[in-house]
Amino acid sequence: MSEDRNAPWRDELRKTIKAKDRTALERVHMNELDPEYRSHNKEEVNQGLTAEQAMKEAQRCIDCANPTCMQGCPVSIDIPGFIKNIERGEFLQAAKVLKNTSALPAVCGRVCPQEVQCEAQCIHVKMGKQAVAIGHLERFAADYERESGKMDIPVCAPSNGIKVGIIGAGPAGLSCAGDLAKLGYDVTVFEALHEVGGVLKYGIPEFRLPNVIVDVEVEVLRKMGVKFITDCLVGKTVTLEDLQAEGFKCFFVASGAGLPNFMNIPGENLINVLSSNEYLTRVNLMDAANPESDTPVFFGKNVAIIGGGNTAMDSVRTAKRLGAKRSMIVYRRSEQEMPARLEEVKHAKEEGVEFMTLHNPIEYIGDEKGRVKQMRLQKMELGEPDASGRRKPVEIPGAIETIDVDMVIVAIGVSPNPIVPSSIKGLEITKWHTIVVNESMQSSIPVVFAGGDIVRGGATVILAMGDGRRAAAGIDAYLQNKK
Amino acid sequence: MYFWAHFQQNTIDIMNKIVKKEVFSDKVVRLDIEAPLIAKSRKAGHFVMVKVDEHGERIPLTIASSDTEKGTITLVVQNVGRSSAKLCKLNEGDVIEHVVGPLGKATHIENFGTAVCACGGVGTAPMLPIVEALKKAGNKVITVLAARTKDLIILEEQIRQYSDEVIVMTDDGSYGKKGLVTNGVEEIINREKVDICVTIGPAVMMKFVSLLTKKYNVPTVASLNTIMVDGTGMCGACRVTVGGQTKFVCVDGPEFDAHQVDFDQMIARLGAYKDIEAEDNCKAI
Ligand SMILES: Cc1cc2nc3c(=O)[nH]c(=O)nc-3n(C[C@H](O)[C@H](O)[C@H](O)COP(=O)(O)OP(=O)(O)OC[C@H]3O[C@@H](n4cnc5c(N)ncnc54)[C@H](O)[C@@H]3O)c2cc1C
Ligand SMILES: Cc1cc2nc3c(=O)[nH]c(=O)nc-3n(C[C@H](O)[C@H](O)[C@H](O)COP(=O)(O)OP(=O)(O)OC[C@H]3O[C@@H](n4cnc5c(N)ncnc54)[C@H](O)[C@@H]3O)c2cc1C
Ligand code: SF4
Ligand code: SF4
Ligand code: FES
Repeated sequence: MSEDRNAPWRDELRKTIKAKDRTALERVHMNELDPEYRSHNKEEVNQGLTAEQAMKEAQRCIDCANPTCMQGCPVSIDIPGFIKNIERGEFLQAAKVLKNTSALPAVCGRVCPQEVQCEAQCIHVKMGKQAVAIGHLERFAADYERESGKMDIPVCAPSNGIKVGIIGAGPAGLSCAGDLAKLGYDVTVFEALHEVGGVLKYGIPEFRLPNVIVDVEVEVLRKMGVKFITDCLVGKTVTLEDLQAEGFKCFFVASGAGLPNFMNIPGENLINVLSSNEYLTRVNLMDAANPESDTPVFFGKNVAIIGGGNTAMDSVRTAKRLGAKRSMIVYRRSEQEMPARLEEVKHAKEEGVEFMTLHNPIEYIGDEKGRVKQMRLQKMELGEPDASGRRKPVEIPGAIETIDVDMVIVAIGVSPNPIVPSSIKGLEITKWHTIVVNESMQSSIPVVFAGGDIVRGGATVILAMGDGRRAAAGIDAYLQNKK
Repeated sequence: MYFWAHFQQNTIDIMNKIVKKEVFSDKVVRLDIEAPLIAKSRKAGHFVMVKVDEHGERIPLTIASSDTEKGTITLVVQNVGRSSAKLCKLNEGDVIEHVVGPLGKATHIENFGTAVCACGGVGTAPMLPIVEALKKAGNKVITVLAARTKDLIILEEQIRQYSDEVIVMTDDGSYGKKGLVTNGVEEIINREKVDICVTIGPAVMMKFVSLLTKKYNVPTVASLNTIMVDGTGMCGACRVTVGGQTKFVCVDGPEFDAHQVDFDQMIARLGAYKDIEAEDNCKAI
């Protein structure tokens, strides 16, 4: 249900401040922890908005009749609807509006690349002004609800007793589970790891997305009747056939893209050269930096991270927090081409991360114990634009540099894990091992739906969530038609 | 099905309970663990990842055998460090927080003819299901059981049950013949035609078995015990070089053509956390 733009309160609210005056207001600045302080701990860097700040920022939104911002949001959140509720102080109502479309607003408000999505399409930008801080406001409303202890447990339709299995407990799986539970399905989520949350838990660090936020959302799903079975690798522990024999009627495969890519250059298997997945999993999921934890992690002093995406930024900032004297981003293109969110790059710089752009590793050199001690870097320059539209890096002949490192983290992307797809006979997959689906996220096997990174390759939290919701609708339509 | 019956009643936490414990020596125990789904789907060569408690790390352990009726799997654990020690200390009735599997590729079993199974130390545990499967497929199975000393020879009786011949070797000569696993293997190769060799044990041992069988052109499979984190292909901690290519032991293995494996690299990588672990283990004491 979308908020009514013509509701009397909203009409009135619009009139309280002239649109021109609204656009003249300055964008609020979210408080952040001091870079020097925060680069030694895992406290969340962004401190959130105060109620006062949020209400002030909400005034900047002119409640457009044709809100272009919504076109920038992959799940078309009713942006002015929730923002106007913040402006009038109805924070819980704002959270409710968000919940109509997003299962994880506290997560998206923190990790969405807003600057290229909703905020990029905000009317303010077209007028040469700074966009309304939609992400910050989204986070504010969701946090307010959580902290108020008055979490709204969505009302679920009476149980229809139909069992649906969801494979993978990342954002795609969680959002699909929520929607299906609301429709009255008997939903079970199977997760290979010992914890629920997918990349939100094992990948994105605490200082950007505290685990408790994910846990609270999962608790809501449990209260809605969703069952979680961890330590269950579908395709190995159980197969879809086993589950069908147990009465499961439909499946949503949301197993993500968890397979790390390497560059296959000499020395890549030396000790202390590791994937960002391994590094982040050790630190985030296994809590390896905590002396209480049995899982070890190496505290590198000269750490190089290969890549320029969010994963690279998360790794480099983690290395800094674990005591690195030098933590460096090594990226083969220039800063303009970096796929990481602007905010992450900014935060990393403030924390003292070095950026070695237009450098590409060609070899790692080890010591007598097989541990990495140096890396050889090829310097690059930008050439013609390539297929992705970004200018292609080309080698500068002979420009090779050797630098000392004691740890290298490879963050050059991930591929889908083949375990689930290869265990389902007849499932159509692409040459990149992603699952082929139609517009309702249905695969070549009618009872199998899929979404998130397993369909898109590495994408974003909000796209994964959108897929989960679309799949829930698709599954419902499919099962209802069959009856 | 057993599992679902409990699941429906929300009593799923009764899973992973240790129903039987047997102490083979002060460093080696056998645990039978309630894990019905894994018991049902596992094959010879599969392993599980085990996380003992809240602060535990995830460690890989081979499924030595299973009982589908009782819904249990058997693990044989050697106490070599912090996590294995925690596991060895558990008793009947205790619950292991997390057990996931079966993982890895199952052993390729066929009737090769004569098979030599060369195992050292705790490599005997993962070898047991392979010996059994090879025997059942019609092979003549000769097993070489090797250890530093008599007390470390485990599962001899179970191995004998499925082997046509067992040769026991100890470094100190306290039991069986005095010598290394390679002496036993060479003796067989010199005596009769061997069609396949399977080797499991410490990396150094597998390296030497592999060098030996390469000399005699005996096809050899090694089951690699690299360091792992997730065990599902997600992290790459377990990677090794096989035939010049990087492979993930947890999903592409754990068994590989031994003659193609870069054992020196593997041995180095196994030492990756040695210093940190040693420090931690001191702290723990
Ligand atoms: C370090 C890092 C930082 C990122 N930062 C951002 C960011 O700032 N903003 C953003 O929008 N996106 C970011 N992303 C991308 C985003 O996290 C992903 O696009 C998103 O999580 C994909 O969701 P998913 O549900 O498809 O898969 P995942 O989150 O990967 O979840 C898949 C789950 O399925 C489980 N699974 C896999 N196989 C099986 C199986 N066989 N049986 C049972 N379970 C299985 C996995 O264990 C996992 O828990 C980041 C990614 C990483 C790695
Ligand atoms: C596929 C697979 C199957 C395995 N099956 C069994 C089994 O059935 N029974 C069993 O007892 N063990 C088995 N192992 C080995 C077992 O996983 C390790 O012994 C265990 O992880 C050590 O953990 P720890 O914390 O006790 O020791 P740590 O404190 O981590 O290590 C103690 C010492 O052991 C060395 N070490 C660490 N990890 C390994 C390893 N993976 N292999 C060899 N040495 C290591 C370290 O370098 C250190 O010197 C298997 C390993 C793999 C990969
Ligand atoms: S979900 Fe993401 S893209 Fe959509 S409005 Fe919220 S922050 Fe913007
Ligand atoms: S485009 Fe900007 S001003 Fe208009 S409704 Fe959206 S957020 Fe508000
Ligand atoms: S253990 Fe992580 S990929 Fe093999």
